[in-house]
Amino acid sequence: MRSQLTELSGWGRTSPTVATLVDTSTQELTAGGLAFLTSNRRGVIARGLGRAYGDPAQNAGGNVVRLAPGPILLDDEAGVVTVGAGVSLDELLRHLVPRGWFIPVSPGTRFVTIGGAVASDVHGKNHHVDGSFGSHLDQLTMLLADGRSRAITAASDPDLWWATIGGMGLTGIITDVTIRLLPIESSLCVVDTERVPNLEALLERMESGDHRYRYSVAWIDLVASGSGLGRSVLTRGDHATVDQLAADGHKALRDPLAFGPPELAAIPPGIPNALSRPAVRAFNELWYRKAPKEHRSFESITGFFHPLDMIGEWNRLYGSKGFLQYQFVVPFEAVDTLREIVKRVVASGYASFLAILKRFGPESGGLLSFPTPGWTLTLDLPAGAAGLGALLADLDAMVLEVGGRHYLAKDATTTPEVIRAGYPRLDEWLAIRKRVDPDGLWASDQARRLALV
Amino acid sequence: MNNAINDPQTVLVLGGTSDIGQAIVAKLATTSLRQVILAVRQPDQVDVEQVAVGDADVAVVGFDATDTASHEALIADVAEEYGDLDVIVQAFGQLGASDLQDPIASAELATVNYAGAVSSGLAAAKQLRLQGHGTLVVLSSVAGVRTRGSNFVYGSTKAGQDAFATGLGHALHGTGAKVLTVRPGFVRSAMTDGLEEAPFSVDPDDVADAVVAGLRSGKSVVWVPGKLRYVFGLLRFAPDAVWRKLDK
Repeated sequence: MRSQLTELSGWGRTSPTVATLVDTSTQELTAGGLAFLTSNRRGVIARGLGRAYGDPAQNAGGNVVRLAPGPILLDDEAGVVTVGAGVSLDELLRHLVPRGWFIPVSPGTRFVTIGGAVASDVHGKNHHVDGSFGSHLDQLTMLLADGRSRAITAASDPDLWWATIGGMGLTGIITDVTIRLLPIESSLCVVDTERVPNLEALLERMESGDHRYRYSVAWIDLVASGSGLGRSVLTRGDHATVDQLAADGHKALRDPLAFGPPELAAIPPGIPNALSRPAVRAFNELWYRKAPKEHRSFESITGFFHPLDMIGEWNRLYGSKGFLQYQFVVPFEAVDTLREIVKRVVASGYASFLAILKRFGPESGGLLSFPTPGWTLTLDLPAGAAGLGALLADLDAMVLEVGGRHYLAKDATTTPEVIRAGYPRLDEWLAIRKRVDPDGLWASDQARRLALV
Repeated sequence: MNNAINDPQTVLVLGGTSDIGQAIVAKLATTSLRQVILAVRQPDQVDVEQVAVGDADVAVVGFDATDTASHEALIADVAEEYGDLDVIVQAFGQLGASDLQDPIASAELATVNYAGAVSSGLAAAKQLRLQGHGTLVVLSSVAGVRTRGSNFVYGSTKAGQDAFATGLGHALHGTGAKVLTVRPGFVRSAMTDGLEEAPFSVDPDDVADAVVAGLRSGKSVVWVPGKLRYVFGLLRFAPDAVWRKLDK
């Protein structure tokens, strides 16, 4: 167990605080290491790779625990894997893909840990078909506040199970996770790309066609206004089969499951905000123009699922003040609100170079899980922008008015009232937390900010 | 906890009746602000309804700058009651007379403005270190950058407070606790009521704007108005005869 006072922030590099960062292993923790951590009244939170945008994986004045990766145990017959919570999706995919398996849900980056994926109940481009990460788990092993390690399933302890999936690490430290996998024939995806001229056309195409694809996501240009408001590039696809590769005479047929994700470049530290309005406008224009009107292609897992992973430390592009990512979901019928929010963001002039629109399917059952049926929009905003707080407060109110909510893994500026209004089962979650952690051992900056503890 | 754009939730103002202290609180009143605690000499004379803080709650506690032995317990008690203190503003202070004939009153002024700033500043620093986050805002003055014959006692207390604050900021580096030292010029307020205005005079609201901007960007020193930084960069080195002439 190694510990030192460290300044920590999320991927957005905003509101850093100082905590004792403890590097340890599941074995050390379960063999009594928790006693060491409980001596600090400010509590403990687990941290993975720090890819949540705001402050959920930091704990000012307290302890922050990072678990060593741990083993990957694949049951090839059953198609399930049991994996240490500190293992990243990157490591897991490097193990699984060559063996013909894929994770059931992949978020936009491979650089999150399994523990973080459960705690945030992450979603991917297949939510409309497959649900979120928490919908594909057989078992969780957790270290609880009383110092005991317990293996639970959805049937054995439904309260703790659904309070932990999406529970932001505030019910205990997740140490091992058993995941049901998706069989694949190749490491390529067959992807249909369409350029869509405006928001109305996009919503129509997604509504009418998403069900034909396992994966679907749209990139929206949040600089374009007027008749081009919401112009976008829609990409939808599925894992490529060997037959599809053969029909194409694809060179990947020699080794269809080869997987070697590249990192093409890394952003150096200390650069000023490179994402000025003209830069984003130019980038968005290029991105839109380079997309084909309609086109089918084979893409790598990285190219399709994790394009930003090819640029190391891309969060540095926003300069020292950092950025925040705003993600909300509104019900399908709230199209007017969605359009109004897009208009507000475009009019605000806060350039967003990564706006993503996606349709969510049914909820997983996690009491604080984010996905619920509807449209989810994700956008980046530079944290230093003047007047940003007022804009976000307005957007929060618009989202809540139609029964929407905000994603805790992205949240960095909402308030206790906004979360309470968006999560009708919050009180159930608080009651379970009180039961499993009566002394409030688990704590994070986000939990303090949002009155979750 | 501050959010990602450094809007605080809980603010403690030491010297809560100060015009500048209240102006700062009013400017920090975003949807994030939940609790303001005004630490004042006479709590029963504060009308909390008159304090502009949006939807946040206002509490008042007793505070005596000269009772240096009480400061540590006071701040610890406030934190126990209201949770983490995101911003602590050191807004108390007196102008005094800078009279060549009154050593006793001058020593009292030094106790309020300097000794009180040191003890409450260290008490605040202890709490912020424990929390691992938070900013102590110290209202210094350009009067301490180069002392004038007309208010040298006040100026000397501000020089001491300023040096204490900037040094404390260095001492706290790496702990998560920060210090923002604020150097306004002449501020039109209750404290300066009746005095002749100096060049570059500002209002409490201008000071508050500068403080909020400094908190947002995580600065360690702000001057109000900003150009005083350059003006005093020169004045600091002006010949004595010139400096005295300017003090007329």
